[in-house]
Amino acid sequence: MTYLAITDLQKHYDSYHALRGINLSITEGEFVVFVGPSGCGKSTLLRTIAGLESSTGGSIQLDGRDITEVASSKRDLAMVFQSYALYPHMTVADNLSFALRLAKVSDAEIKEKVRSVSASLQLDALLERKPKELSGGQRQRVAIGRAIVRQPKVFLFDEPLSNLDAALRVQMRLELARLHKKLGTTMIYVTHDQVEAMTLADRVVILNAGQIEQVGTPLELYRQPNSRFVAEFIGTPKMNLIAANKIVRHEDNLAIELLGQQILFPAKRLKGPLPDSVVVGIRPEHMTLVEDGGDLSGRIELVEHLGSEAYAHLQLSSDQTIIIKAPARTELKDGQEVSLKIDISEIILFNENDRVISVIPEEA
Amino acid sequence: MKRSITRLLMAPSVILLLVWMIIPLSMTIYFSTIRFNLLYPGENNFVGLMNFEFFITDPGFIPAVSNTLILLLSVLIITVVLGVMLSALIDKPFFGQGIVRVLLISPFFIMPTVNALIWKNMMMNPVYGIFAWISQSLGLEPIDWLSSYPLMSVIIMVSWQWLPFAILVFVTALQSQDTEQKEAAQMDGATGWHIFRYLTIPHLARPIAVVVMIETIFLLAVFAEIFVSTGGGPGYDSTNLAYLIYNQALLQYDVGVASAGGLFAVLLANIVAFFLIRAVGKNLTV
Repeated sequence: MTYLAITDLQKHYDSYHALRGINLSITEGEFVVFVGPSGCGKSTLLRTIAGLESSTGGSIQLDGRDITEVASSKRDLAMVFQSYALYPHMTVADNLSFALRLAKVSDAEIKEKVRSVSASLQLDALLERKPKELSGGQRQRVAIGRAIVRQPKVFLFDEPLSNLDAALRVQMRLELARLHKKLGTTMIYVTHDQVEAMTLADRVVILNAGQIEQVGTPLELYRQPNSRFVAEFIGTPKMNLIAANKIVRHEDNLAIELLGQQILFPAKRLKGPLPDSVVVGIRPEHMTLVEDGGDLSGRIELVEHLGSEAYAHLQLSSDQTIIIKAPARTELKDGQEVSLKIDISEIILFNENDRVISVIPEEA
Repeated sequence: MKRSITRLLMAPSVILLLVWMIIPLSMTIYFSTIRFNLLYPGENNFVGLMNFEFFITDPGFIPAVSNTLILLLSVLIITVVLGVMLSALIDKPFFGQGIVRVLLISPFFIMPTVNALIWKNMMMNPVYGIFAWISQSLGLEPIDWLSSYPLMSVIIMVSWQWLPFAILVFVTALQSQDTEQKEAAQMDGATGWHIFRYLTIPHLARPIAVVVMIETIFLLAVFAEIFVSTGGGPGYDSTNLAYLIYNQALLQYDVGVASAGGLFAVLLANIVAFFLIRAVGKNLTV
C-alpha cells in the first residue's frame, strides 16, 4: 500500500535540471534512505518533498492527498536539519513545544507531550537550557525531539549525523534505528554515507545526476547492482573493475580474458546473447590470496592494516591496480609477488554502457 | 623587562589620550566655578556653584532637558521600528534590491547642515516646499512646519539622518540569520509573521541594542539641525541642551554658565546611558 507517492517529479533551477523525473513509492512505516554523491539531487528531492523547494513538474501524494502545491507547514511532515536549526534564543522546552504552541494546543497537552518526548530522548535534565549550552549530540536529540513531538506522518532527515564525531555518529545511528522501531513512522533519510544507508534503511534509493539509479534493500544493492555506478557506490573498499580484452565461448563456459589470464564463467548463467566486451566487477571481499595457481597474479604495492582486517593494493599490470581484503594478521609485504583466486559466483559483468549484464543467480 | 618595554611603547598614546580628555574636562570644571563673562573681561573671581544655579534656573532649562529627552526617544523609536521593518522588507531578493539599498543608506552620507537645509527649504517651506505643494494640491492649508511644529520638524530631520544607520546595521544582521532555522520554523507551521516575531526579532536584539547605544551618544548632542533650521525657537520650543549651552556661551557670552551646562549635559548623558544600557544590556547576553 503506497503511502507517499512521487510521480515524475521535476526540478529546474535557472539553467540546471536538478531532478529529472523521479518516480518513487514509499509504504507506511518504511525507512527509506536517499544516498548518492554530492550534487546528485538527494537533498533537493528531500526539500521538494518537504515543500521548501517548489517542484517544476510532477506530483507528490501523501496518504491519498496531493501535497505538490501545499505549503510545507500544512504537509504534516517534520524535518531534522543538518545544522539542527534549533531556535537559539529559546530553551530546549520552548524549542520542543514551538510547533504545538503555534498550533494552539492546550498547555496541559503541550506539557505532557514535551515531558514524554524529553523522557524518551533523555532530555529531562536539559529542558531549561539554551541550545548553545548543549553538546552536539544533545542538540541532535533536541532536533529529533522537536520533530517527534508533532507526531507527523513522515519524518525527513537531511544528513542529520554529518556534524557529529565518529563515535557519536555510530551511537546516534543506533538510536535512530531504535526510534524507528519504536515509533513505526515513515522516515526518509538523506545521507552521502553508505554505511548509514546500508545499516538504517529498509530500502535504499541511489540517486545519480538527478535520477534514480536503483531502488532496493541494502542487500539487493550490494548483490545485484544494476549499473556500474551502483556497484561502485555501495561497498567499502570499492568494487574492483577490470576490462576484459576478449571473450570466447568455451564449451559450457565463457573464457573471459583478463590481463592475459583467463577466468571461466558458466555460460548457462548468461540470460542474453554473448556480449562483445565486458567489464568484470569483483568485490575486494570476494577474492582470496593463494600460494600459486590463482586466477590472477600481481605485485603488492601497499598494505593497509585496519586491525580487524587488511586491505592489500595489488598492481596487476602497469595501469591496473585492485584492492583485496585480507585477514588481519597477514604476513604480506610490499613488493611481494602474489597470486589470487576469484570467487566466480560473485563476479558481476557490465556491458559497454555500464549497465549490468543480467545473469541467473547461482543456486545456493 | 618585556612588560616595561611594552608599557614604555604604549605610554605616548595613553598619555596623549589622557591629556586630550583631562584638559578640556578640567578647564570646563574650572570655568564653571568662576565668573567668566566675555562682556566683563578680567572679573574672573570664584563664584562656587552659582553658575549651576543660574543654568538650572534659566527659563530655557526645563524645556531644553525635556526637548533633549523627547528628541532622543522619538528618534530612537522611529529609527529602530522603521529600520527593522524596512530591513526585513528589503532582505528578500527582488528586482533593483542593490539600488534600493544604496538609496536607503545614502542619507547617512549627507552632512547634518545640508540635511537641515534640504528639509527647511525644499520640504517644509510653507511657500515652495514639497509638503506645502502636497497640502495645496489636496486643497488643504499649507503647514509652516518649522514654526508650528518646530520640535517635530527637528525629529523628522534627525530621524531621516539616522534611519540609514539603523538599516545598515539591521540589514547586515539579517544576512547572518540562519536560513535553516527559518525553514525549520516553516515546517513547524510558522507563518511569515511568526518567523518575524519569534526568530527575526530575537535575532536582532543585539544589533538593536548596539544601534540604541550608538545613536544615544550622538542624539544627545544634536546641534547642527537645530542651528540651521529653527534656531532653537520659537521661544525654547526646539532648544535642546546642546543648543542652550551654545546660547549661553556665544549669544549671551557667559562661558561660566555654559560650562556648568556642559557639565550638566555630561551628567544627563551618564544617567540616560545608565538606564538605556540596563534596559537593552539584558539583550546583549542572548
